[in-house]
Amino acid sequence: MTTVLDPTGGRSADTLQAVDRPPNLDGLTVGLLDISKARGDKFLDQLESRLTDRGITVKRFMKPTFSKPAPVDLRHEIAESCDAVIEALAD
Amino acid sequence: MGTATKPDKSTPAPSDGLVAVVKKDCPTCVHVAVVLAQLSAADDVQLTVYSQDEPSFPADLEDVVDDTSLAFSWHNNIETVPTLMRFEQGKEVERIVGWERSQWEEFTGRNGLGPDIAGYRPGCGSLSVDPLLVDELNVRFGASVLRSRRVEFASAEDPFEATFDRGWTDGLPVVPPTEARVMAMLAGTTRAPDDIVATIPPDLVEVTVEQIAANAVMAGCKPEYLPVVLAAVEAACTDEFNMHGLLATTYFSGPIIVVNGPVAHRIGMNSTNNVLGQGNRANLTIGRALQLVVRNLGGGRPGGIDMALMGAPSKLGLCFAEREADSPFAPLAGEFGVETSGDSTNVGAVTLFAGQGPTGIIDQISRGPESLARSMAGVLMATGHPKLVIGFDAMLVVGPEHGRIFTEAGWDRARLLAELEALLIRDSDELIQGAGGIDEGIPAAFAGAQLPKFRPGGLQIVHAGGDAGLFSAVLGGWVGGDKGSTPTCRPITP
Repeated sequence: MTTVLDPTGGRSADTLQAVDRPPNLDGLTVGLLDISKARGDKFLDQLESRLTDRGITVKRFMKPTFSKPAPVDLRHEIAESCDAVIEALAD
Repeated sequence: MGTATKPDKSTPAPSDGLVAVVKKDCPTCVHVAVVLAQLSAADDVQLTVYSQDEPSFPADLEDVVDDTSLAFSWHNNIETVPTLMRFEQGKEVERIVGWERSQWEEFTGRNGLGPDIAGYRPGCGSLSVDPLLVDELNVRFGASVLRSRRVEFASAEDPFEATFDRGWTDGLPVVPPTEARVMAMLAGTTRAPDDIVATIPPDLVEVTVEQIAANAVMAGCKPEYLPVVLAAVEAACTDEFNMHGLLATTYFSGPIIVVNGPVAHRIGMNSTNNVLGQGNRANLTIGRALQLVVRNLGGGRPGGIDMALMGAPSKLGLCFAEREADSPFAPLAGEFGVETSGDSTNVGAVTLFAGQGPTGIIDQISRGPESLARSMAGVLMATGHPKLVIGFDAMLVVGPEHGRIFTEAGWDRARLLAELEALLIRDSDELIQGAGGIDEGIPAAFAGAQLPKFRPGGLQIVHAGGDAGLFSAVLGGWVGGDKGSTPTCRPITP
């Protein structure tokens, strides 16, 4: 029998519990997060106009660079001020 | 935590006074048995004798302590038998080894020891430092410092297949990280096993020296490579290097480690023939250890967070030593303020660069630096895309036959960089999207300007390779600076 040390540090996957998805967006505030990829803003502009046409409140956000996680303050602001969030990924 | 091995506390601590450690399988210990009997018989002497192999030896003494587990010997660093120590208030204050009459008489404060035996005999090796036993003893007594969870492989399980089955490998076999191997690896650093080295992405967990050592074992490192691996992990996990972004990119790049300083030669690294290729254990295993750490401890795996479109062979690991001896340039680490030569106390430094494997630069005709620089600029301009500028970094690896041309012209790194920077400026009108019939390019808003290929600090230059071959190489980089990765240098400490 061979005994070894666990080289993964005993990591168990920490699953983050997502908030329940709302049944519809009526009366909610939806955040649109631009991750700073080229033309992501164009995509989000389209989404914004479709959402506002349906009477949904939209807030726009942008993170400084696509290659790093969003700053913690930005994440907090989005969580506090929105009911749902759509991120733009364009490449 | 885990089922850590507990230290052997079965051996009693000695009383204050004299303490001797002997083994029967030692002619000198047999020789001095009569002296031990003399001391033991004296009313004013407190003598405790530990026997490493045979508790019935010495025969004339009562209450010889059984140290066949070698617990006392190991914990008290006994290297020679006989060893004679003095304990006061539970702590050793001094010791002598071997047998020399006048030395023992001075130590014990008694004359006339062993009057009928020869006055001098050298000692023998203690069992607790026997090479055949050392690994097992380290585990038995020392492994309690190891905090990692223990994993048992079944007797019928091939340990190498077991590491594949558990997803611990990079596709090649790894060395199973047994307690003995990790203990041996930890001897390669003066840092404590539970020292935290870095917070590692993408899972953002704190990693310790011990955990990195386990992955270094798996990579196939020797203990003397561990300080280089630790420095590389430290540098890679900085905000400025941005390992997280580098891991998640669809592009080809991965972490590349450049080593400077005397440590490179000391541990047998390669800076010459086939420097970026296979064959050298230190180069290959150090680069691999970093990637195993990222994968196993950080959770960064291909198909998971690692979204590389194609990746590159260099992502198995790429680590090399800069060829410093006859370089036209000062060591790369100096560009980042870390001294590794001359009077420096650093044993070396690692510079981490986000990049991919080499693209060759052929120039077998140029004998002067200006022409050679133009050749290099031609390949550098095309790196990534000839119309894309500033966003991506690169590293130029100058081969020694090319390097000699710069040396003879008196061009150092700064001089070559200045020449290349001048050669790598373009009219932006040639670069904008649509120019030259190519849709790719820089936005039209930048028309009418003179733009450099690389951002300031975006082009690194190093010297490496064998003696023969009129070639150099480009290691294409990744997004440079705040939006991507900045080359990061750290000193290597023992």
